[in-house]
Amino acid sequence: MKIGVPNEIHENECRVAMTPDTAMRLQKLGYECAIEAGAGASANFTDQAYKDAGVEVISDTKQLWSESDIVLKVRAPEQNNALGMHEADLLREGGNLISFIWPAQNADLLEKLKSRKATILAMDSVPRISRAQKFDALSSMANIAGYRAVVEAANHFGRFFTGQVTAAGKVPPAKVMVIGAGVAGLAAVGTANSLGAIVRAFDTRPEVKEQIESMGAQFLELEFEQDEEGGTAGGYAKTMSKEFIDAEMALFREQAKEVDIIITTALIPGKPAPKLILTDMVEMMKEGSVIVDLAAEQGGNCELTVPGEIAVKHGVTIIGYMDLPSRLPTQSSQLYGSNLCHMMNVLTPEKDGNINVNMEDDVIRGTTVIKEGEITWPPPPLAVSAAPTKAAAAPVVQEEKKKSGLGFPIALVLAAGLLWWIGNSAPAEFMQHFTVFVLSCFIGYWVVWNVTPALHTPLMSVTNAISSVIIVGALLQIGSSVGLIVALATFSVFIASINIGGGFAVTQRMLQMFRKDD
Amino acid sequence: MTMNPQMLGAAYLAAGALFILSLNGLSNQESARRGNLFGIIGMIIAVGATILSGNVSNFGILFPAMIVGGIIGTVVAMKVEMTSMPELVAGFHSLVGLAAVLVGYSSYMDPTAHFEGSEKAIHDVEVYLGVFIGIITFTGSIIAFCKLKGVIGGKPLTLPGRHLLNLIGIIACLVLGYMFLKAGGHNGMMPLLIMTLIAGIIGIHLVMAIGGADMPVVVSMLNSYSGWAAAATGFMLGNTALIVVGALVGSSGAILSYIMCRAMNRSFISVILGGFGTGGGAAAVGDEEGEVTSASAEEVAGLLKDASNVIIVPGYGMAVAQAQTTVSEIVKKLRAKGKNVRFGIHPVAGRLPGHMNVLLAEAKVPYDIVLEMDELNDDFPDTDVSLVIGANDIVNPSAQTDPNSPIAGMPVLEVWKAASCIVLKRSMASGYAGVDNPLFLKDNTDMLFGDAKDTMDEVLKHL
Repeated sequence: MKIGVPNEIHENECRVAMTPDTAMRLQKLGYECAIEAGAGASANFTDQAYKDAGVEVISDTKQLWSESDIVLKVRAPEQNNALGMHEADLLREGGNLISFIWPAQNADLLEKLKSRKATILAMDSVPRISRAQKFDALSSMANIAGYRAVVEAANHFGRFFTGQVTAAGKVPPAKVMVIGAGVAGLAAVGTANSLGAIVRAFDTRPEVKEQIESMGAQFLELEFEQDEEGGTAGGYAKTMSKEFIDAEMALFREQAKEVDIIITTALIPGKPAPKLILTDMVEMMKEGSVIVDLAAEQGGNCELTVPGEIAVKHGVTIIGYMDLPSRLPTQSSQLYGSNLCHMMNVLTPEKDGNINVNMEDDVIRGTTVIKEGEITWPPPPLAVSAAPTKAAAAPVVQEEKKKSGLGFPIALVLAAGLLWWIGNSAPAEFMQHFTVFVLSCFIGYWVVWNVTPALHTPLMSVTNAISSVIIVGALLQIGSSVGLIVALATFSVFIASINIGGGFAVTQRMLQMFRKDD
Repeated sequence: MTMNPQMLGAAYLAAGALFILSLNGLSNQESARRGNLFGIIGMIIAVGATILSGNVSNFGILFPAMIVGGIIGTVVAMKVEMTSMPELVAGFHSLVGLAAVLVGYSSYMDPTAHFEGSEKAIHDVEVYLGVFIGIITFTGSIIAFCKLKGVIGGKPLTLPGRHLLNLIGIIACLVLGYMFLKAGGHNGMMPLLIMTLIAGIIGIHLVMAIGGADMPVVVSMLNSYSGWAAAATGFMLGNTALIVVGALVGSSGAILSYIMCRAMNRSFISVILGGFGTGGGAAAVGDEEGEVTSASAEEVAGLLKDASNVIIVPGYGMAVAQAQTTVSEIVKKLRAKGKNVRFGIHPVAGRLPGHMNVLLAEAKVPYDIVLEMDELNDDFPDTDVSLVIGANDIVNPSAQTDPNSPIAGMPVLEVWKAASCIVLKRSMASGYAGVDNPLFLKDNTDMLFGDAKDTMDEVLKHL
């Protein structure tokens, strides 16, 4: 089957759904690949690079759409003004399309695609389960957005992020507050932290505290007593109670006076973004502060955000870009392309270049919004997440240890009995030797466990060599007056000597060979 | 010059301490050579002090025996091929066992020794035990040597009622022991001789029943026995250095056996009882789906050229084919191209603990890219090519998936998780455990049939 990738026509969209690298991986699955001429140009992939990767470059948009069995895209299909046609109508009847769709917001589009009798997989609807992480394009895009948000903020911020002590004086570090610790928020925390800023982060879900701290930020906690769970079974945030929001607002107001940069990433699926940074808070911020609103597309977390633009209000720069991933096009194309490859890999179990939309598979079921002209969205709920397993994990661990409970006391009693018997019946000299013997066993035990497994052969040969100290016994007997004993002892000395010479020599030879890389 | 008993004791103490330091030195590669040196010094002190103690005479026989023996040992050690290291070690064990037997006999016959009462009884027990362990070590090691050398087939010999035979043998030895102790004076010679004969047969029979791939356990076990034999001799002669060494070697061998058994997920007892892999348990996984695909040396070279992460898993087959030098050349070439090439060593790969490490070291593979199973087993999913050279059971996925498999639960290297897996093998025959290997049927596995040395040469040519 043929995979086709058209040019993204959305304004300022620089990403592309296939890179030369992912094209090669798709071809390994048995697919032919085609791309519209110039589709990768904004992401710095030339047509020549695609040709070198074995991709057919087609300059006619209609031809590409009509020839492709499977179309890979970034943005949801939209009106193509140059052709005067909607992209949904360009899709071949009964064809396949994998891209972002946003089915909840785009009911019309869904109807349009349905009439094409197509099979549509929405990359924004991939279920959030661990097996599906490698297809999770939302996460990979959010990661990029979080990174880029910090870079944008730094670009509009008049000072260093990191604190420095220079000859000209001391520079304080910038203070950054990140609201919402999803993938984007955590990426922003990590990036700001590595630039040297003091980072604080807030989230309504207390279970993300550890994640925030692991990325190097301080977790801002509400002084608020409640049992409310901030997360849903899918791991997303939800709308909170009024009391909670009041406490939250008080916290942000306090922080607004102090911090230089606010990055907001708070989104609730299927709802407009909650307003968290109000006009009065913006007024409280210092001149030259920066707000980056990653929720701009859903209306913005800040009251004063102008979606898609940079606004300066009350001396604060408010960045409302909606296309942050697209502003890092090479990286985002690579990661998105990779997500698509993993998706295609699952869709092509036979690796024979034929797509198989297996609705038994939870991940494919969740992602598919239209199957052969039937709308299958929304999918049945699938509740799996990292947080709710709290209770389940504990009982399993305990069982293993139980068995050995009785063995140790029994061994102890036996050992005590044996020692008592020996102490009672053995002569003094034997007791001395026995002490040496037992202690040596313990030393041997500790020492040998420390030997690296790579040296087990030399260990055997060296223990072999030293065990021929048995020669001492033969040496003491060789002077005997009995001929037979002399003969036996001589022979013992002879063979033990072979062992001493051979054992040490072969060990030395082996050890000489072990060498490090030079 | 003669030494007083206290000085002799001090010398033995020094020797014992040096032996401990010697083993301690082996904890890593850097300190290992110094460790061996400590061992040599300890031996010189122990032997030197004994000779100077004034209790030794008859130097006319003694020195020639020592010098000739030493030279023979050194020459053998210098000449031996690294692939025959298992045989050599087994051979050396037999010498320690034999020496323990001879010293035991001499000590028993020694007319100058006077023991009374419980001392006499204890001395006799020590002699009897020393000879018993010594002779089992001796005959067992000889059989192990022959098996490793290929003089005797590697297949386990399973006589009917073999456990009963061993049991009868041991009971006979106990009875003879009682007679030996009751005999008094030097009259116990007969029971001692008969016991030696029976125990010798037990040693032969024990090792005969154990198959080729369990040899790492057998060799470590014999190593352990040779230690206990030395310890028993030490008690017999009242010599601290011998007791210390015996205990060290004994526990060392015991730990090695334990490590090997754990690596096979089998109990020590079941290995020693032998008879593993002779059918019965071989529940062939015949209904496994999939097809065996084979690749040419050229294709393998191409795969290696494209890969950036490679893990090589060697097994006994590499040792048999003497392919390590070629493998090392290939690794050198790949590393020169900036690829990350590592070796994954299973604890029981080969016929001796650490066998593969020694072979690779001989072929000049730097030891810091030779890793243990646990160190890199998690890295296979990020690996482009895993190359299995002459290994089978240690890379068998059914150990994890098939609870009825004879090797179920044995830790294995997860080579099948790499993007592609190449298996070098002589034929499709099943491994030592007699279990089919579903690895060969997997989609991402390609077989490269033939002698590992020839095929590796061919791959090297195309790189």
